[in-house]
Amino acid sequence: MIELGQVAHLDASYDLVVIGAGPAGLACAAQASAGGARTLLVDENAAPGGQIYRSVGATPLRARRDILGADYWTGEELASSFAASGAAYLAGATVWQVSPEREIGLSKDGSARLIDARHVVMATGALERPFPIPGWTQPGVMTAGAAQILLKTAGATATGRVVLAGSGPLLWLIAAQSLAAGRSFSAILDTTPKANWTAALAHLPSFLASPYLAKGLKLLRRVRREIAVVSGVTALEAEGDGRLERVRYVAGGETRTIGADHLFLHQGVTPNVNMASAAGCELVWDDLQLCWRPKADAWGRTSVPGIAVAGDGAGIAGAEAAALRGSLAALDALDALGLLPGDEKTRRAAPLRKTLARYDRGRGFLDALYRPAKSFRTADGDTIACRCEEVTGGQIRAAVADLHVAGPNQLKSFLRCGMGPCQGRLCGLTVSETIADARGVSPADVGYYRLRSPVKPITLAEIATLDQTEADVKAVARG
Amino acid sequence: MRNDYDFAVLGGGLVGAATAYGLAKLGLKVLMLDEGDVAKRASRGNFALVWVQNKGLGMPAYATWTRRSSDAWVPFARELEDTAGFAIHHRRTGGYHLALTEDELARRAAMIARLHNQPGVAPSEVEVLDGDEIRRRLPEAGPEVAGGTFCPLDGDVNSLKLFRALHEGFARLGGTYRSEAMVDVIEPGAGGFALSTQAGRFSADRIVLAAGLGNARLGAMVGMTVPVRPVRGQLIVTEKTAPFLDAPVSTVRQTDEGGVMVGDSQEEADSYDGMRQGVMAVMADRAVRMFPRLGRLNVVRTWSALRVMSPDGFPIYDESPVHPGCFVATCHSGVTLAAAHAALFAPAIAAGSPPSEFDDFSLRRFHVSAAA
Amino acid sequence: MFQRLPDIRGDALSFTIDGKAAQARAGETVASALLLAGVETCRTTPVSGAPRAPYCLMGVCFECLVTIDGRGNQQGCLVTVQDGMRVETQIGRGKRELGR
Ligand SMILES: Cc1cc2nc3c(=O)[nH]c(=O)nc-3n(C[C@H](O)[C@H](O)[C@H](O)COP(=O)(O)OP(=O)(O)OC[C@H]3O[C@@H](n4cnc5c(N)ncnc54)[C@H](O)[C@@H]3O)c2cc1C
Ligand code: FES
Repeated sequence: MIELGQVAHLDASYDLVVIGAGPAGLACAAQASAGGARTLLVDENAAPGGQIYRSVGATPLRARRDILGADYWTGEELASSFAASGAAYLAGATVWQVSPEREIGLSKDGSARLIDARHVVMATGALERPFPIPGWTQPGVMTAGAAQILLKTAGATATGRVVLAGSGPLLWLIAAQSLAAGRSFSAILDTTPKANWTAALAHLPSFLASPYLAKGLKLLRRVRREIAVVSGVTALEAEGDGRLERVRYVAGGETRTIGADHLFLHQGVTPNVNMASAAGCELVWDDLQLCWRPKADAWGRTSVPGIAVAGDGAGIAGAEAAALRGSLAALDALDALGLLPGDEKTRRAAPLRKTLARYDRGRGFLDALYRPAKSFRTADGDTIACRCEEVTGGQIRAAVADLHVAGPNQLKSFLRCGMGPCQGRLCGLTVSETIADARGVSPADVGYYRLRSPVKPITLAEIATLDQTEADVKAVARG
Repeated sequence: MRNDYDFAVLGGGLVGAATAYGLAKLGLKVLMLDEGDVAKRASRGNFALVWVQNKGLGMPAYATWTRRSSDAWVPFARELEDTAGFAIHHRRTGGYHLALTEDELARRAAMIARLHNQPGVAPSEVEVLDGDEIRRRLPEAGPEVAGGTFCPLDGDVNSLKLFRALHEGFARLGGTYRSEAMVDVIEPGAGGFALSTQAGRFSADRIVLAAGLGNARLGAMVGMTVPVRPVRGQLIVTEKTAPFLDAPVSTVRQTDEGGVMVGDSQEEADSYDGMRQGVMAVMADRAVRMFPRLGRLNVVRTWSALRVMSPDGFPIYDESPVHPGCFVATCHSGVTLAAAHAALFAPAIAAGSPPSEFDDFSLRRFHVSAAA
Repeated sequence: MFQRLPDIRGDALSFTIDGKAAQARAGETVASALLLAGVETCRTTPVSGAPRAPYCLMGVCFECLVTIDGRGNQQGCLVTVQDGMRVETQIGRGKRELGR
């Protein structure tokens, strides 16, 4: 790996630009580079690893390998095989644009640059699903993923009365990692709808044959032994006056309140689709995982030629599957670049697909079981949906009822939701689902925010330094 | 034949909404038909100026019409806010156009002079200012500003709030709005017009084609050739910033929420998806040279929108000679002209055919030039 | 509050929060360093003035905005804290100020 210090060191063009240094991006860049493609890997974090293997080479927990568990440390191998590859690597840099023509806009330390790519793989991973409950914008409330990031990157945990609330495999993993670090929780409020079990049972046989089962059971057992778990939670509220003080919840029809210094929320992860969407890639609504994902084929190819997606950004499937899908995207890129003979691509993909199928097998069960309740996915009344512009669920519903707003883009111009600095990343799903709920239709009929570059902030001065042609000048400077 | 509505307005952008609002205000039963969530809609992507200073070179009537709208804006804004129930932040502070070279300034001043030398155009109120005077009036202006022009009639508005207020006001006045109701067929009949849309069939005594670029297609259904073409404009908006600019500049303005908008380019293009990074670069570069301390601000959004342009760049207002009661309205400055559309155009068509003051804006002007 | 686990070591560095001296470990982000120094609310919003604290720590939510070495609205969770860094919270200063 050749680490580049600044955007000025970049070549004007690469065979392949991979965005995101999580399992998908690392695997993709290492393979493609080994296959002879001039490859660049870019990531906004200071070190490779993505979300799951965050800081794997630099975590202060190196001396306490037990805390994060064996899965975390498998990231070392991915990171070191990438390090051994010939790919160029730009860390701490954001990609703020991928155009349909594969012009890539990057920025690092206040300098921007445009480069070209013959092929692009977006491996930008997942975000935690928004969790709009009353009071969730108060200090003291964070995502459970954020708590995990603190543990991975700083070896730190929350103290005092800590409540973990929500649903999903990651919730249990995070609880277990905390326990391993010697820190417990006051309570886990499990919001998994009880009715989900019925739907999930249909997928049980394939789940039993998947690699997830053994891992999952061990986690659950350990956590349930040591932490009070309240299941069947149907409503949640973060109370306090300028800062979290209490968590109010409803379980089994009864309302209770517990004092809390920290509330960590989590209800699964969803693909980070902003970049793909701004690049013009068609999005589809996934009714099983309740999220948008770029429309992609088995190689990750999107609707835009030369642009592929890999990893959780293409649909949630977990870290192992992300790495496999990264490798598949690398094979496809090598093939498209003319670097693989004949049907070498298909031949080399076969064993990867076989392993991938094993992981896919267990997914249906997890998706069905951990499908969050609609009341936690949509916003109502005074509950904030768009944190940046402070737009509430009630305002969204009123705009639908009174102004017949059909979708998020008209809503955006009426209420400003999605117009803040996070560019709708945190409210997009809530807004689509809340409009759909108010209209009584599927989010597929409502659509998603239309996004444009920059998908990450860049300064006006940085834009001003980009190349200008005479025609560009003419289009602006008029009498 | 009894129709469902007195008027159907085809198009729910700024032109359609202002006209529909104006008609509803007169007590008429009005239907506004619109496309779905994603459409080529200039109303969501404009620069929000209520602008007079450079309008009308080549058509004195347009200079007068713009001026009248600017005057009408003051009472219109007040009344619309009362009806809709929230502020739209219209202000008539006067507005600046800044030049970065002496040459740019000279060309600008000459253009303004020619405009006001046309017969029938009101005397100019535009001041030509040198760089130092600009810096005195706009303290954030930088050393590269060579000068500029200032017109006391100019101003701006929060155009998204204007857009919402027109819709909200229209609803409160009893108007009916249907989205996802793109009109597929217009059937003119003896007693009015039948409209087939995605959302069903409607009928109205009279109709207004106010569908922006869609007017070309709709016009063809009623025997009118409406020659509009798209001209792309790109815009940049920054994060919310503490107030620094209390009057709009033609290419830089600060919204009441704090965001700084940088506009606005003009290119022939029919896709609003495409964006030219180089054009953005020029816009950003010029803005930073005008106001150097803007350079550090983060850009949160950029977008492009399609202006609705006629061959000579002036608005079109007309009535179909074949199907009386079918009107067309189209322009590229729907914010500036919103007051005129609601307060002048709507009453004119409600009363019958557009009066002779609209003759200059008729489609006939394009037939003549084609024959010549 | 947040605390580092007792058996965690790392190179200490000094920075300032609103002018007051604070300690962090090399490799931590500004947002983590603030939380570990007991500073949770890092800004008030430009819309309503409500207090906010880092929410996602992964660059998504923009809740962690702070002024770093005189430059406003930087995402604290994406910047690695450096020795001598000047970090300012943005409490009571919802909107970005020109020149900062
Ligand atoms: C907070 C969180 C915690 C998680 N923890 C676990 C866990 O402990 N165990 C587990 O099994 N699974 C966990 N998951 C799920 C797991 O992250 C995924 O299954 C896996 O990481 C997917 O790999 P990936 O390569 O697709 O994406 P990621 O690992 O997310 O990597 C994507 C990378 O792209 C970068 N990036 C994104 N946008 C840009 C841009 N514009 N410019 C530059 N870089 C960019 C990101 O910073 C990131 O480094 C977690 C998910 C989240 C959101
Ligand atoms: S805490 Fe969410 S972006 Fe930094």
